[in-house]
Amino acid sequence: MLGNASLLDFLSIGTVVPAARPWPRFRLDGKAWRALVERMDAADWLLLAEWAEPGEVHIALRDEGSGSIAIASRPCPDRRFFAVGQVRPGAIRLERAIHDLWGLVPEGLEDRRPWLDHGRWPCRHPLAAEKLPPAGSPPPYAFLAAEGEGLHQIPVGPVHAGVIEPGHFRFHAQGETVVRLEERLGYLHKGIHGLMAGKPLAQAARLAGRISGDSTVAYALAFARAVEAATGCEVPARAHWLRALMAELERIANHVVDIGAICNDAAFAMPLAHMSELREKLLRANALLFGHRLSMDCVVPGGVACDLDDDGIEVLRHLLSRLRKRFEKGVGLYSDTPSLLDRTTGTGVVSGSLAHRFGAGGFVGRAASRSHDARKVPGYPPYDDLDFAVPVMAEGDVHARVMVRVQEVRASLGLIDQILAGLPGGACRVDVPRQDGEGLALVEGFRGEVAVWVRLDGDGRVAAAHFHDPSWFQWPLLEAAIEGNIVADFPLCNKSFNCAYSGVDL
Amino acid sequence: MNTSIALQLVQILLAVAVAPLVTGWVRLVKARMQARRGPSPLQPYRDLYRLLQKEAVVAHSASWIFRAAPYVTFAAVWAASCIVPTFTTDLYLAPAADLIALVALLGLARFWTALAGMDAGTPFGGLGSSREMMIASLAEPAMLMVTFSLSLLSGSTSPAHIAAFVLSGGIGLSVSIGLALMALVMVAIAENGRIPIDNPATHLELTMVHEAMVLEYSGRHLAMMEMAGMVRLTLYIALIGCLFMPWGIALPGAAPAGLAVGLGAFLVKTFTIATALALFETSIAKMRVFRYADFLGGALLLGLLATIFHYVSEAV
Repeated sequence: MLGNASLLDFLSIGTVVPAARPWPRFRLDGKAWRALVERMDAADWLLLAEWAEPGEVHIALRDEGSGSIAIASRPCPDRRFFAVGQVRPGAIRLERAIHDLWGLVPEGLEDRRPWLDHGRWPCRHPLAAEKLPPAGSPPPYAFLAAEGEGLHQIPVGPVHAGVIEPGHFRFHAQGETVVRLEERLGYLHKGIHGLMAGKPLAQAARLAGRISGDSTVAYALAFARAVEAATGCEVPARAHWLRALMAELERIANHVVDIGAICNDAAFAMPLAHMSELREKLLRANALLFGHRLSMDCVVPGGVACDLDDDGIEVLRHLLSRLRKRFEKGVGLYSDTPSLLDRTTGTGVVSGSLAHRFGAGGFVGRAASRSHDARKVPGYPPYDDLDFAVPVMAEGDVHARVMVRVQEVRASLGLIDQILAGLPGGACRVDVPRQDGEGLALVEGFRGEVAVWVRLDGDGRVAAAHFHDPSWFQWPLLEAAIEGNIVADFPLCNKSFNCAYSGVDL
Repeated sequence: MNTSIALQLVQILLAVAVAPLVTGWVRLVKARMQARRGPSPLQPYRDLYRLLQKEAVVAHSASWIFRAAPYVTFAAVWAASCIVPTFTTDLYLAPAADLIALVALLGLARFWTALAGMDAGTPFGGLGSSREMMIASLAEPAMLMVTFSLSLLSGSTSPAHIAAFVLSGGIGLSVSIGLALMALVMVAIAENGRIPIDNPATHLELTMVHEAMVLEYSGRHLAMMEMAGMVRLTLYIALIGCLFMPWGIALPGAAPAGLAVGLGAFLVKTFTIATALALFETSIAKMRVFRYADFLGGALLLGLLATIFHYVSEAV
């Protein structure tokens, strides 16, 4: 009976939760939840995010056939739920994190090791209704083993020789060849869920913009859109366009410097110098026009905090026409250097089927034939009025990821031209009504789809919020990409993914 | 005799005095090529001074090998630099050692550095040592091949004799010497851990070769290791200058003016080659670890071809 049912049809066996916008939320009992998870094994339903509250687990799903989106919730009074990680490998770490934070046990999940909790918190399950005392000295983390003759381990991090974010990488290698890589993250855990609860909206928006600094516009935008969905707030058209402008500038700034940094990791420093200069020019323009180099706190619930006048438009036009030429010159530095292409081509391959299994988005997915882009599906204003292409490549190697990003920069430059030409007039901010409700928003950051879910109480405060970084589904692919490559190529692969640390450590 | 002792002493001091400046110059040119201002070429002197002031931290698991290695390494490289003529071939120690002894001294330094890399028991040290040994096993035969082809041409393995022979016009334009030069340049790049073999400026532990071996060092130990690296770079530049472009170098019995010309020529040659190195490094990416064999195999082949061409040209 349920064989070909769409996601919404299937979920209608549960009860609809009122005030969930813009997509419905269904509460399922244990049996229905189990049926859902078993059904997901065969259905093309993409897992967007998974999180919890004390005593309840939520998953956000998208039916890839119809494009419809819904949240399914499972109240778990017995503190157990049937694990989604059994059918969606990308959910394994999410559910390990859920167990660490809320103490809910994912049943059927083989991997029960802690993820965020490194045994150094003052209590266990800090977000559960009943916290537990710490377990004393934690046992050493049990890395997955690799056995065989001549295998050795190489532990890397969490403190690195460069000034980068902390993460531990455990290699099992045979000589130079990587047999297995396992990541261990969580060193940047900030307790975002706990910090968000009870925050006034303005403060919560500031915090949202600081979860992952290089994606501050994407996070602030996703949070603002979730709040606006929850309260039914209509944002003026000019605000939508200015938000898109800031988001595209952020995308370009991150892409250009990462393209340079990938070259630098192959000891070819010239593109990094070239691209860093471009990024610096962009950031200075941001500071001039929006008051902050990264446009932090510029996107707020209800609109944008700063307007753009005609002089500002001229400044941007002038900058971008120069930037376009300089960028193509930088791309030439990459594509005309055979010794560099030799390093990037065929290195760190992610297969399309694996990218699909993990639901990887962003340039990692798009370089492995997953064409998904939240600006197209589900889409949000003003992108429905703008014309842009989503580049896709099939090779899945470092080179493909670089080239996808190159094309994304070109597409973003085209988008900015259209935005500057068609920027509507009027106000750019409205007040957010004080209203309770739940909202979910999907926004395409430079790494991929950022999902934010928020529940507001009636006093203009955040009751609960969850932030899902696209890197949750990209980090595991890095482990797969490096397999069979050589140890010395890991930094190159890693930089070509450039996954977020802070965004997933929450 | 007394002159050659005095000149030898000058040479010993000169090798150490100029080496940091050469390294600083390479870094400065690379920085300028990358549109950066870059530190002053004198920065390596300041770095060495700073390191010498600092406490040397030694891992608990390290043995005496770890502590001895910086001194042995530096001493071996410094001794090697004594026998490569820089501004004059009239060196007291020149008859005592030839190019084969030079390879052996540098091999000794490398052996101790690699031992020290493994001694502390950290994974990066082991990784660096294993890569260094792989490079060495490929670079040393190539270096010896260069030595043999040069000795066949000039009838001696002593750098002073080869320089004198080249200066006397005994070689002229020869395919062999061109091939030997290319082979020696490739070996020098590998031995000094320059791009495309190794990146001396990287912070990525997993890609390091030489830096990984000395990662555990600090204070005066690190200063010794750094200094050994700088002297080795200058030594190779001086060797290329002395064997293949010895013009200006003072021969035995030269007047003080000749010595001054030799010194000037040495500095001009050294900084020209250092600039060329910086330009080359800026224009190329590092190669994959498993391509080292192709690169150094190429150097060996060029050395071999130099020998073969020598016999062919003699037969014709």
